[in-house]
Amino acid sequence: MGIGIRIEELRKVYDTPPPMAARGAGFSWGGARSGRKEKKKYEVQALDGISLEIHPGEVFGLLGPNGAGKTTTIAVLTTRVEPTSGRVFIGEHDVWKEQVKAKRLIGVVPQRPNLDFALTAREILLFHGAYFGQSARERERRTGELLEKFKLTDRADHMVRTFSGGMMQRLSIARAMMHDPEVLFLDEPSAGLDPQTRLLLWEIIRDYNRLGKTIVITTHYMEEADTLCDRLAIIDHGRIIAQGTPQDLKRSIPGGYLLRLRFDRVPDQLMAELQKLPGVTEVRSADRIAADVYADRGGPLIPAIVNAAQAAGADLHDVHIEEPSLETLFLHHTGRSLRD
Amino acid sequence: MNWKTFYAMLARDGHVARRNLFPMLLQNLLQPLLFVFIFGRVMTTSGIMRPEYKTLLLPGIMAISMVLSGIQAVAMPLITEFQFTREIEDRLLAPMEIGWLAVEKIVAGMIQALVAGLVVIPAGLLLMGSGVNLSFHQPFAFVAVCLLVAFFSAAGGLTLGCSVGQTQIGLMFSLVLAPMIMFGCAYYPWSVLKAFPVLQIAVLVNPLVYASEGLRGALAPQAPHMHMAVVLGALLLIDVALLAAGLNRFHRKAVS
Ligand SMILES: Nc1ncnc2c1ncn2[C@@H]1O[C@H](COP(=O)(O)OP(=O)(O)OP(=O)(O)O)[C@@H](O)[C@H]1O
Ligand SMILES: [Mg+2]
Repeated sequence: MGIGIRIEELRKVYDTPPPMAARGAGFSWGGARSGRKEKKKYEVQALDGISLEIHPGEVFGLLGPNGAGKTTTIAVLTTRVEPTSGRVFIGEHDVWKEQVKAKRLIGVVPQRPNLDFALTAREILLFHGAYFGQSARERERRTGELLEKFKLTDRADHMVRTFSGGMMQRLSIARAMMHDPEVLFLDEPSAGLDPQTRLLLWEIIRDYNRLGKTIVITTHYMEEADTLCDRLAIIDHGRIIAQGTPQDLKRSIPGGYLLRLRFDRVPDQLMAELQKLPGVTEVRSADRIAADVYADRGGPLIPAIVNAAQAAGADLHDVHIEEPSLETLFLHHTGRSLRD
Repeated sequence: MNWKTFYAMLARDGHVARRNLFPMLLQNLLQPLLFVFIFGRVMTTSGIMRPEYKTLLLPGIMAISMVLSGIQAVAMPLITEFQFTREIEDRLLAPMEIGWLAVEKIVAGMIQALVAGLVVIPAGLLLMGSGVNLSFHQPFAFVAVCLLVAFFSAAGGLTLGCSVGQTQIGLMFSLVLAPMIMFGCAYYPWSVLKAFPVLQIAVLVNPLVYASEGLRGALAPQAPHMHMAVVLGALLLIDVALLAAGLNRFHRKAVS
């Protein structure tokens, strides 16, 4: 029971802009000559050698800033973007050699809802069930259940183009679960959901996972990754920069606590002093007015820091203490905050 | 090949088409039928056109109706569904090779093209009044031409639908469809173009020419028309070419 996922040395270079983006007027084949020059210009390395193993039955999180390659990774796993090189497996099926078998095993919630706008909510679920070969009876039953579960019953017979963003998001999650897939991909599922619905979604994901299903989720919310995921991979610039359980990852941050200090200036003497403080594992200063201190304690270090600053003739302007969290971890690995 | 999935998608397209049945019929039939009335009734009754023109015109109108319906039935929804909202994705993710989704679109388009073509016959007879001499003595040729024409219309719709963006629909009509209709030998037989030798050769790239001439050959064999073997051969070639082009375009659009 349970289906795992294997990603081997995955690379993707986009050499055309996303469909419909600024192609200009004219036919795309008619404009081939002028288009070719533009194509040369557009080249984005979205994935740069990603290897991953996702175990059967686990909730796996992909974390990373905008443009890191999370959506692209999921798109390759779900037959929508062809990799430039590398292989991906769902269970024992090579996704790009046995597409149909892979597609049977997966349910996908895309980052942007891709609902069939010509249909009502109920019809979307019914037809989706039919595409997957469900009997009429089974389709009806599951559709009723899912509409109820996602609190869409009273809007079930409205055209989905009249739905609010959050309602579309809910329906698109319901649709992904309609055919009871072994692996569920959720690309930022809680973006645009109100806090209550988000909790409901977490509950639904946990329940689904308890049935032995594998779940791959991308998110920007630390809290979500922390509470929901068994394991995480942090992606930046199309590369995996860290992976493990949330606990392991947090422990891997030197010291665990992060003190973000701001001074009027940071002379070398001050850097040296900070380094020598008890419990400090690492000090970094990107510009000459701020310093990030990784340490095994937080508040107790402040008096010593103030002293060190005075001794070096620098003014301490601001102190921010961060407890061990994935946010700190992200900052540690990329030098950027996840929210940037 | 997964027939259940294929059938479910066909059912979906049928469902959506039925919901838009009236506007769609209006869109595809009004113009040809107005043409039938003005040229087949008003102009002939008043004596500006000769009465034989009725019989010449009706197969041409039928060809236009089929081709326009087939192209639009496939291209219009596809253009919307391939927008950045990617509405088509729930079907791309269904357990079936995506090439078959393109084939399903063609089948759905063929059905609509055939319906739109066949209603022209009774409607035309009604609107033109007496003096239309259609012959139904070549049922096989008629059916073959109808199927081949419906196929290239739908496959052409697939190719266009995967090549054109939402903003270029107007351009598609004025640049592709309008000249195609005017140079499609629908309102006149191909043989009258012998006064314009260059044009007569040039229009041979236009698939509608073979549709008009083929239907004329099947329904009004007394009128001048191309040899049936030539028509069928050309239609077959066009079908294969547009199918290949359409599938290729579709794949490129579906997977980035
Ligand atoms: N269909 C596409 N065609 C061309 N380039 C693309 C396409 N999709 C994504 N890209 C580019 O690939 C890179 C990675 O994008 P991706 O969507 O995978 O990032 P992401 O991690 O999901 O970001 P976000 O958090 O904003 O969703 C970006 O630079 C983006 O511009
Ligand atoms: Mg994304």
